[in-house]
Amino acid sequence: MATAKTTLTQLRSIVGARNVFTSKEDLIPYSFDGTAAMKSMPGCVVFAKSTEQIAEILKLANETKTAVVTRGSGTGLSGGSLPSEDCIVLCTVKMDKILEIDPANLTMLVEPGVITLKVAEAATKANLFYPPDPGSMKIATIGGNVAENSGGLRGLKYGVTRNYVMGLEVVLPTGEIMWLGNKCVKDVAGYSLRDIYIGSEGTLGVITKVLLKLIPKPQVKKTMVATFDQMDKAADAVSAIIAEQIIPCTLEFLDRTTIHCVEDYAKIGLPLDCEALLLMETDGHPAVVAEEAAAMERVCREQGAKEVRVAKNDAEADKLANARRAAFSALARLAPTVILEDATVPRSRLAEMVRFVEEIAKKYKLRIGTFGHMGDGNLHPTFLTDERNKPEMKRVHQAFEEIFDKAIEMGGTITGEHGIGLAKKSFLPKFAGAAQMRVMRELRKALDPNGILNPGKMFD
Amino acid sequence: MSSPATFEPPVAPKTGSHLKDLDYSILQQCMHCGMCLPTCPTYDATKLEKNSPRGRIALMRAIADDELEPTKAFADEMYFCLGCLACMTACPAGVNYAELFEHARAEAEQSKVLANPKRSLIRAFTIKWLFMDLSRLHFLGVAMRLYQKLGIMALIRWSGVMKLMPKRLQELESMTPIIQDKFSAELIEPVTPAKPEKKYRVAMLTGCAQDLIFSDVNLDTVEVLAKNGCEVVTPPVQECCGSLHAHNGEWELAQVLARKQIDQFPPEQFDAIITNAAGCGSHLKHYAALLEHDAEYLERAKLWDRKCKDIHEWLAEIGIRQPIATGDEEQTNVTYHEACHLCHGQQITAQPREILSAIPGVNLVELPESTWCCGSAGIYNIVQPEMANDLLDRKVGHIKSTGATVVATGNPGCLLQVINGLKSHDVDMRACHPITLLAEAYRRERQPAKHD
Repeated sequence: MATAKTTLTQLRSIVGARNVFTSKEDLIPYSFDGTAAMKSMPGCVVFAKSTEQIAEILKLANETKTAVVTRGSGTGLSGGSLPSEDCIVLCTVKMDKILEIDPANLTMLVEPGVITLKVAEAATKANLFYPPDPGSMKIATIGGNVAENSGGLRGLKYGVTRNYVMGLEVVLPTGEIMWLGNKCVKDVAGYSLRDIYIGSEGTLGVITKVLLKLIPKPQVKKTMVATFDQMDKAADAVSAIIAEQIIPCTLEFLDRTTIHCVEDYAKIGLPLDCEALLLMETDGHPAVVAEEAAAMERVCREQGAKEVRVAKNDAEADKLANARRAAFSALARLAPTVILEDATVPRSRLAEMVRFVEEIAKKYKLRIGTFGHMGDGNLHPTFLTDERNKPEMKRVHQAFEEIFDKAIEMGGTITGEHGIGLAKKSFLPKFAGAAQMRVMRELRKALDPNGILNPGKMFD
Repeated sequence: MSSPATFEPPVAPKTGSHLKDLDYSILQQCMHCGMCLPTCPTYDATKLEKNSPRGRIALMRAIADDELEPTKAFADEMYFCLGCLACMTACPAGVNYAELFEHARAEAEQSKVLANPKRSLIRAFTIKWLFMDLSRLHFLGVAMRLYQKLGIMALIRWSGVMKLMPKRLQELESMTPIIQDKFSAELIEPVTPAKPEKKYRVAMLTGCAQDLIFSDVNLDTVEVLAKNGCEVVTPPVQECCGSLHAHNGEWELAQVLARKQIDQFPPEQFDAIITNAAGCGSHLKHYAALLEHDAEYLERAKLWDRKCKDIHEWLAEIGIRQPIATGDEEQTNVTYHEACHLCHGQQITAQPREILSAIPGVNLVELPESTWCCGSAGIYNIVQPEMANDLLDRKVGHIKSTGATVVATGNPGCLLQVINGLKSHDVDMRACHPITLLAEAYRRERQPAKHD
């Protein structure tokens, strides 16, 4: 059953016929997001241009009990923007204006469809800094980043999207429009509903404006690459750096498989004769940067690094960061299907987790590439498989189950930055516990009584 | 690293459908991460997934999976794609979009969903007849030259009779390039000796559009090769390389033409086979994929692919001889527009800049968005004028912003498009092939420097 005819007619009258798509050829390209091996056909795709249009659409969907899945650029990695069967895909990419940069209050007001890279570039142009830099920042939208509470390479020093959201405009299924938060650094008036919407994965409302916090630009940065002949030595080096109370802005890790794939794509001369590579970056005041860089180099050597190399200039540093951002996609060079997870553990237990992931891959006879944000304990073990190979796909799921169990046991989490969506839905109850699940269900029911917003995602 | 059990996917019986018979793993290679979206000019224009690389691949995969029939909407989409291959440069997963795209257009043609009498007639006349034997194209070229030279064109334009024609025909007429007085065969000897000494023996492909409209660029290329120690073999009668056919869904005709090329230029007899047209080069280097199932030709096709070189690539490889400065060259700001099939299709980006920078008097100014398609895209500007014109306006805007007086580009289609764009925007700038600037620098060497 497709979207009801009368609903389509009303949608067309709200956004104009040119912004409603229903043909099979138009819908197939919206039947997936960035998540592997998940597909589902929507009933229609609708492009909204304003908050008011979105309010009308939600009111209509609520009255007709039609599911709405909000979507930015569809780069999510947990199936969060995967359509549910016959839903309305509400696409925000045409709401892509930067509305205001306020240098006096260090804020930027944007529409949800603005590409994250454009936010970062606009901040730089105003001599300010927007730190969150998810791997997909060249195409991901800021609305999607807020809905998934995206992380990135700079997480350990600068935090994640949540730390940069000062305010949100949100539309409820009733069509009511709420402003949550403001330009004040301090604000304790009522519950912080804004924070509930960050990472809500489109289940509680539709975000239509985002007020972002900007910070002063770090004066200088220094980027280094260290290589190791054993994976857990690299993990130990990271734990040692943190234990020395150094918080660099980036501490990224690539294993041998990932290094080779990334080099094959980016051709920037990554060292290929090692088992693990750490990409480290420190930024800030020149004196602090020099001191931290020297300390990190010393710690890496103490932990048995084969080589520590410093990037010659910002251009080389950017190349390294961009190459790292391409890691997940580059792994697809090796296998038809790549499935990654983002289990996260306390940093003191990194080496243990790295070894565990290696053992699990062996146990289930799976090929694996591991990379990730080691500095914040956020690993991306990625299995290289073929979705047509059913027995192997089963082993992949068993392997993930064990990895998640281990992460929980270590006091970690089942997802550091990708979200629950569909991919980790079955693991959430175990992680969250009965009481938290009940509160989340009741909260969702209160805000979306008809269950029209991203149904089936996160939990039922 | 663990040793996983090897998985052999089931082999499906051949169906005769281009997409269904394709190695499925090429389609699976796309893991729909979306990294291609910001580099795709059509997605940039519409923000519709259908108009993006991953959206198009999803449609191709739906056909391979029997979830979609090749419909008119599918075929239209495959022709809305510019084939600029910017997505291939962006793709970390290494998806071979070029191959997918050619098979998808072949699928569209095979299914005949776009067929109508007018389209079939045009395709029969151009792709299937005119470009299958270049003596026919030359004959047409001579006829057009006469039309332009004998004053008929001037008369027709003056008389206003074109105004009675449909608007699109009027636009096309005004876009018609000026046919050269002499084609390559009249300008270039079958064998041009190397100067001063022979180090290499190379073959020169004169192309089709290049030969009719830019035969002077062919002459420049041969002169430059000779000055760099290459003996150049340029047969007066040549065939089309088949790029037009492969890019427009005529896979089998492209195979016929590939075999003819290999027969005419036995790759084992040359150090390199040179092309100066990016669009051709990007196709010419993939004869092995085209003739994959041809046991007789496959090995030579592989050798051909290795020997086939773009002129910029070859000169950089053998080490370009820097022209001797005469001391009184005019200082010229030159900007460089990258032909898609040079930068994305062949990953040749540094070499043309190296060549331009080696020319005395040339000051290379970088062009913003230099790798963004100009809208020429083979015959795209003829079949999709609206999108092509938007891209051209964007390109001309950037070219103007450089403040350069010369724009260089390494593909005849782009060169024509840029010339038309500069003309329609009233920009007084020279557009030429980078090799032309190099040839001019070598020619200046002969003249003694002027001393006042």
